[in-house]
Amino acid sequence: MSSVALATRFARRELRTGLRGFGIFLACLALGVAAIAAVGSVRASIEAGLAREGAALLGGDAELELTYRFANEAEAAWMAQTAQAVSEIVDFRSMAVADVDGVTERGLTQVKAVDDAYPLVGTVVLSPDIPLDQALAGDENPGGVMEPVLADRMGLNVGDTFRLGTQDFTLTALIEVEPDSSAGGFGLGPRTIVRTVDLENSTLLEPGTLFSTKYRLDLPAGADLDATRQEVATQFAESGARWTDARNGAPGIAEFVDRLGAFLILVGLSGLAVGGVGVSAAVRSYLGTKTSVIATLKTLGADRNTIFLTYVFQIAVLTAIGLVLGLILGAALPLIFAPIIEAQLPVPAAFAIYPGPLFEAAIYGTLAAAIFTLWPLARAEEVRAAALFRDALGAGRLLPAPRYLLGTIALAALLITAAALFSETWMLTLWTAGGIIGSLVVLAAAALLTRFLAARATRLKATRGKTSLRLALGAIGGPREEATSVVLSLGLGLSVLAAVGQIDGNLRGAINGELPDVAPSYFFVDIQNDQLPGFRERLDTDPQVSRVDTAPMLRGIITRINGQPARDVAGDHWVLEGDRGITYSTEIPTNTSVTEGEWWDADYAGPPLISFAAEEALEMGLNIGDELTINILGRDITGTIASFREVDFSNAGIGFILSMNPGALAGAPHTHIATVYAEEEAEAPILRDLSNQFPNITAIRVRDAIDRVSGLLSGLAAATSYGASATLLTGFLVLIGAAAAGQRARTYEAAVLKTLGAARRTILGSFALRSALMGLAAGTVALFAGCLGGWAVATYVLDTSFSVIWPSALTIIAAGIATTLLAGLAFSWGPLAARPAQVLRNRE
Amino acid sequence: MSNPPVLSLTSVSLSLRGNAGTVDILHDINLDIHAGETVGMVGPSGSGKSSLLMLMGGLERATGGQIMALGQDLGPMNEDALARFRRAHMGVVFQSFHLIPTMTALENVAVPLELAGDADAFDRAADELTTVGLGHRLDHYPAQMSGGEQQRVALARASAPRPEILLADEPTGNLDGSNGAAVVDLLFGLQEKHGATLVLVTHAMELAERCSRVVRLRDGRIDAEEAQLQAAQ
Repeated sequence: MSSVALATRFARRELRTGLRGFGIFLACLALGVAAIAAVGSVRASIEAGLAREGAALLGGDAELELTYRFANEAEAAWMAQTAQAVSEIVDFRSMAVADVDGVTERGLTQVKAVDDAYPLVGTVVLSPDIPLDQALAGDENPGGVMEPVLADRMGLNVGDTFRLGTQDFTLTALIEVEPDSSAGGFGLGPRTIVRTVDLENSTLLEPGTLFSTKYRLDLPAGADLDATRQEVATQFAESGARWTDARNGAPGIAEFVDRLGAFLILVGLSGLAVGGVGVSAAVRSYLGTKTSVIATLKTLGADRNTIFLTYVFQIAVLTAIGLVLGLILGAALPLIFAPIIEAQLPVPAAFAIYPGPLFEAAIYGTLAAAIFTLWPLARAEEVRAAALFRDALGAGRLLPAPRYLLGTIALAALLITAAALFSETWMLTLWTAGGIIGSLVVLAAAALLTRFLAARATRLKATRGKTSLRLALGAIGGPREEATSVVLSLGLGLSVLAAVGQIDGNLRGAINGELPDVAPSYFFVDIQNDQLPGFRERLDTDPQVSRVDTAPMLRGIITRINGQPARDVAGDHWVLEGDRGITYSTEIPTNTSVTEGEWWDADYAGPPLISFAAEEALEMGLNIGDELTINILGRDITGTIASFREVDFSNAGIGFILSMNPGALAGAPHTHIATVYAEEEAEAPILRDLSNQFPNITAIRVRDAIDRVSGLLSGLAAATSYGASATLLTGFLVLIGAAAAGQRARTYEAAVLKTLGAARRTILGSFALRSALMGLAAGTVALFAGCLGGWAVATYVLDTSFSVIWPSALTIIAAGIATTLLAGLAFSWGPLAARPAQVLRNRE
Repeated sequence: MSNPPVLSLTSVSLSLRGNAGTVDILHDINLDIHAGETVGMVGPSGSGKSSLLMLMGGLERATGGQIMALGQDLGPMNEDALARFRRAHMGVVFQSFHLIPTMTALENVAVPLELAGDADAFDRAADELTTVGLGHRLDHYPAQMSGGEQQRVALARASAPRPEILLADEPTGNLDGSNGAAVVDLLFGLQEKHGATLVLVTHAMELAERCSRVVRLRDGRIDAEEAQLQAAQ
């Protein structure tokens, strides 16, 4: 009979006794797989929801977006010919102003100006429940509708009057559902909808004003979206028109969900790694109880291969059970919590069972189980027949045979590759994998060091007479492996949580703590050329204003680099995504310095020259002398890069990627942007005076913007913390497993100590002390690993400074001690209560 | 005797290295055992008799000297080769039985036959259990049997593949008087019936004296008197 057949038969017989002793194994694996499957299922549900509602989210089958301008004749003609219906939308930021009870209220709003065809798909639901066209028709003033949050903020009720620019509107209803709200992406202000025609006298859509136009197309049934998209790319390649279609109706959100999902799955993988430690410990403990069986089989003539396969098959069956449990849990949880999750989401989700994420979770679970069980399994075949009568002599090897070492490395590589392929984020995956592997290595070393130090400490004179301490140190430094399991599993769980805490804290610090000291109070946009002198006069005479920076601003898209399509040269660099602000200047701005090349002379009047941000230029592979073609308002301007500049975007001041010589942009309609640095109490009067004097100007309060970003970050940090909590829960399970595994030894130890005269208090003290010491070791290493991870992410990913967030760090150490104490003490009552005679008799 | 010995030990020594240092267990053991012999090994605790038995079974590796079993040198064999050799030629009985707790009596006895690729493993195992008087307990697990019954299962397991060499380490050490006597009767009966060579480690002199030869060990050496006796033979 072959080894495989024999091993299968032996494995089946061994498994007949049931799954007792495998609770932690199954729980660790199932929890890890469930977390990944659940995150993946929610992501798939959102993606399916976005796909299903694509047209409604986008507001049409397809959309052409233009920056700063309306469609030209050629574009309009093409759309009329291609689509059954076209709807034109103008999107821009502005200030809504209202006089409420004699007080002028102002609110930043994202205005959507629509035509009669809007919405092509879906329905705008209003309160009171009236049709949109009726609401926008208004009475003596044109009508406008806004989100309740804006109306509340400004103290407006339905029927009140508000102003956009110089045009009055009547608030006829509040927006309850805006079907295409997610297509707009991240907006700084709540939505107001009015008719484009009613803005004619508002002074808001003057040349040079920052706005975008979106043309929603209702295409004939069966239209080939790819072909149409290609047509746009060919016909309007240089016009800066951007194409979106219903297959991905909310690209910003879809991408965000995708990235966040990938990130959370990577956090989930760290949970699986923690679970892996538990799985490994469970297999080691199980095989420990099987030493005599293995030795007996060897005595009876079983070779190493048969032994190895016997236990591989058993673990494979258990892994399969763990996977199935995890997948059922992971698929069911999102369905059970669908109503709650849906209520929290700004986008539709189609909750169902999706095989894709379940398959992904199963792959991860299988590989993780294989990685973490291979070493203990390899040790099974090393059990010698002599173990039957002599197990005290001859310690096992630290590392398994080279083939198993290579096998483990190959499996880990396979897991990392799978994670990278599934998440499509190689760098993040490699960083995460490096972090997990690095943490495991550091934690393993820390566990060895802890045991070594504990063993040494028992021999110190200082510990003499302190029975509880000596016993605790002896237990940690002794031959049992509880300390290793605890430090590894809890340490890894806490490391993830510590890293999340440090990253979150530093990010918040960067936004809330550091920025306001140097950041301006307001950004003002859309300042017309003729308004600039008056604008400056109001601010320059105010003693509470410390600084005012202004710069001309246009927006344009880099379409070509050295005559080649820009994306062919610089790939998907963010500078090429959509339009960028462009300025012009005679002198080098005071807050920048030229790092390479030369700034143009003040009287330069030659062909267009460009000064480009140095860091971005390096990333995009640009050199001095390269030619860039920039589409500004539909017109191509080609210039030569004359210099690179250091631009600091971190202080929220004015920073442009692209600056040109004034002559290059002469004649192009443009507005000005300004940053105003003022005392907090001066902010309200400045806003009041400037918006009264220049109704078309939009003010963005930096504090509000920061609050908005902070709110978004809070959500992200919460989502990540949930993921990390799952990891910690797995770590706690492993801890319980380790404590349970050590209970027999503790019972024996307590019986012997009682026989020798130790009081229960002394024994309990010793048990508590060893738990606390192990927790302290795990917490300390986690703090170190977490800070290291936080520093790496802050320095290399977020590009911000790093400092240890001590409250979070100390909480981690306290949590480590508390958790191990809890688990350790929970498993101490049994040993303490056992009668010594009975225990000792059973041991013989 | 003209036939070559079944077991031949020449200058065999055994030292084990542990956390507390190296322990010398056996020194310069020279011993030949011939086919069909029954050899009782006696000696005080710690004299090395169990270790010597394990060396003969290839369960332990000698640190010095040579052990030949059925004409084959056990020294160069690796773990797997030793396992295959035992599978083919040896049966071992332990003081603590060492039955596999997750297998029934029948399955325990069938294991060596299955390992040897015997198609009738279960039939032969059942016959063997019937021979030792346990035909009615085939499907019982070790935990459901008394110590005497467990040792009889172990005996059946050791003898089922009809090994040329039977090694028994204190087979009655964990049994009471009547159970011990029954097991010993069975052991010698099986040995006689199948003509195997039996090496028996025991504390009990009266048990050793049932063997055709007695080897005394003291402090890891064969007693001089017994060595001379062996040389005279």
